Amino acid sequence: MDDSTKKTLSSIPLLKTKAGPRDKDLWPQRLKEEYQALIQYVKNNKDADQDWFRLESNSDGTRWFGKCWYFYNQMKYEFDIEFDIPVTFPVTAPEIALPELDGKTAKMYRGGKICLSDHFKPLWAKNVPKFGIAHAMALGLGPWLAVEVPDLIGKGLIQYKEKSEGEKS
Amino acid sequence: MESLEELKGRIEALRSLFSDVKLMTDDETPAETASSFSSTMSDEVKDSNPYSRLMALKRMGIVQNYEKIRDYTVAIVGVGGVGSVTAEMLTRCGIGKLLLFDYDKVELANMNRMFYMPQQAGTYKVEAAAKTLNFINPTVDIKSFNMNITTVENYETFQKELLHGSLTGGRVDLVLSCVDNYEGRMTINQACNELGLPWFESGVSENAVSGHIQFINPGETACFACAPPLIVASSVDEKTLKKDGVCAASLPTTMAIVAGFLVQNVLKKLLNFGEVSHYLGYNAMKDHFPRMKLLPNTSCSDTNCIKQQEEYKEKVANQVVDESLKVSEKESAVVHEDNIYGIELVHDGAASKDDDYSAGDGVKYSLPQTSSNVEGPVVSDTNQSVDDLRNVMNNLNNL
Repeated sequence: MDDSTKKTLSSIPLLKTKAGPRDKDLWPQRLKEEYQALIQYVKNNKDADQDWFRLESNSDGTRWFGKCWYFYNQMKYEFDIEFDIPVTFPVTAPEIALPELDGKTAKMYRGGKICLSDHFKPLWAKNVPKFGIAHAMALGLGPWLAVEVPDLIGKGLIQYKEKSEGEKS
Repeated sequence: MESLEELKGRIEALRSLFSDVKLMTDDETPAETASSFSSTMSDEVKDSNPYSRLMALKRMGIVQNYEKIRDYTVAIVGVGGVGSVTAEMLTRCGIGKLLLFDYDKVELANMNRMFYMPQQAGTYKVEAAAKTLNFINPTVDIKSFNMNITTVENYETFQKELLHGSLTGGRVDLVLSCVDNYEGRMTINQACNELGLPWFESGVSENAVSGHIQFINPGETACFACAPPLIVASSVDEKTLKKDGVCAASLPTTMAIVAGFLVQNVLKKLLNFGEVSHYLGYNAMKDHFPRMKLLPNTSCSDTNCIKQQEEYKEKVANQVVDESLKVSEKESAVVHEDNIYGIELVHDGAASKDDDYSAGDGVKYSLPQTSSNVEGPVVSDTNQSVDDLRNVMNNLNNL
């Protein structure tokens, strides 16, 4: 972990409740903590002018979706995000997917799930139940985009598309 | 004018239709095969009896009652390199019912493994598998589920099928994990710990030269969460594990060997012969097959595993030992009429102590203390409801 990642990490609140969507009693508490950590992380990003994703969930918090974007050569590349909270959560991390990139990179599993097995899953496993969705974004998806997007652009597999500002809100 | 792409698509569709029709008309149709596969197993020795070689296991004194296999239901999660071959073996053995779970499609990149055909590329694995298995032995009841079992919704279906999916509407007899990922294994582990169902885990390493099978009877043997993966237990720097791309290697040989071990132990378990291995490894580089017992971890993170351990202890304590059975199990000494060289038979395990368990060198038994890893602020207690927080998040999103 480099210093800037460590700094990002230290500013995201850690979670307390070990509960998955099948723990009827404790899941609402865990979901609250997930939101608290995410809100703090998004605030931090906005304050640092490094806002890079939007996320929202369905009513029971088991399915999440939104957008993330990455700037490269002053151009904004935007992707849809989706993932489910697995029944084994938080022992196993959510499998974040960028469906539109499915099949474009080897560092992805079926359905556009990004590969986190090397850089993120061991870290997550060591920090159950303290890590949440915000950590998966910061330490999983963030570094993945930073490595993969420039590579995909370089290979001509993704093109810049004019979008997003108009469809916001 | 149709575009080239459309025409290519039509050729593909026609080609697949043709191969289906060809399969139906060549040799025997499934209906004809069905007549030779009757619902009861015949032990008649003739070329037209599909079960004669299996029923011979009875005459050889290996299996007491081979026909019992017709009553059993096995759920297979993942019908890829290992799972599809496993399903085929069980189908040929005449298993009663198979439940197949997967959500992947057949790809040309799978053709280095067995079972699937190139013309099936693009179709869902469970559907392609069910079709082929039905051709091989139409008397096996095959139910396929094209779903990812790790999501909350599908997990409900998965559990319901495990509880009520057998031939008689009861619990399945065994669950086989033939998945290629940690999340899938942990999901099966959770389901089987909750339901108290015995299952087998199987796997082939990413570099294709080692594999393993593991028998998990909740409470009796180690569950999948009892010991953490080595990468988590050891404090290996994640960076040292970096590799180019994530494309895993695979060999049809290793996959089929692991599937063979898996089904062999399934048969031993179901038909009650031989000894079921708790853990059987395979190292292809040295053709080494380590075998060991794995006891459950008394501080396993899965609460259902702990619960099952307590129940198992109670069950064992309450078991009445039948002394008469014990005596009959004793092996009588082998005495030959003449033995001029004084050759003696010694039991395989005579030199070693059977119940000397220890975790292998370098394998840690528990997760490292999490506190040693990441420190930082913790979420504060809040009076806000989930909906309040969701609104805060939405407002933030719209800023």
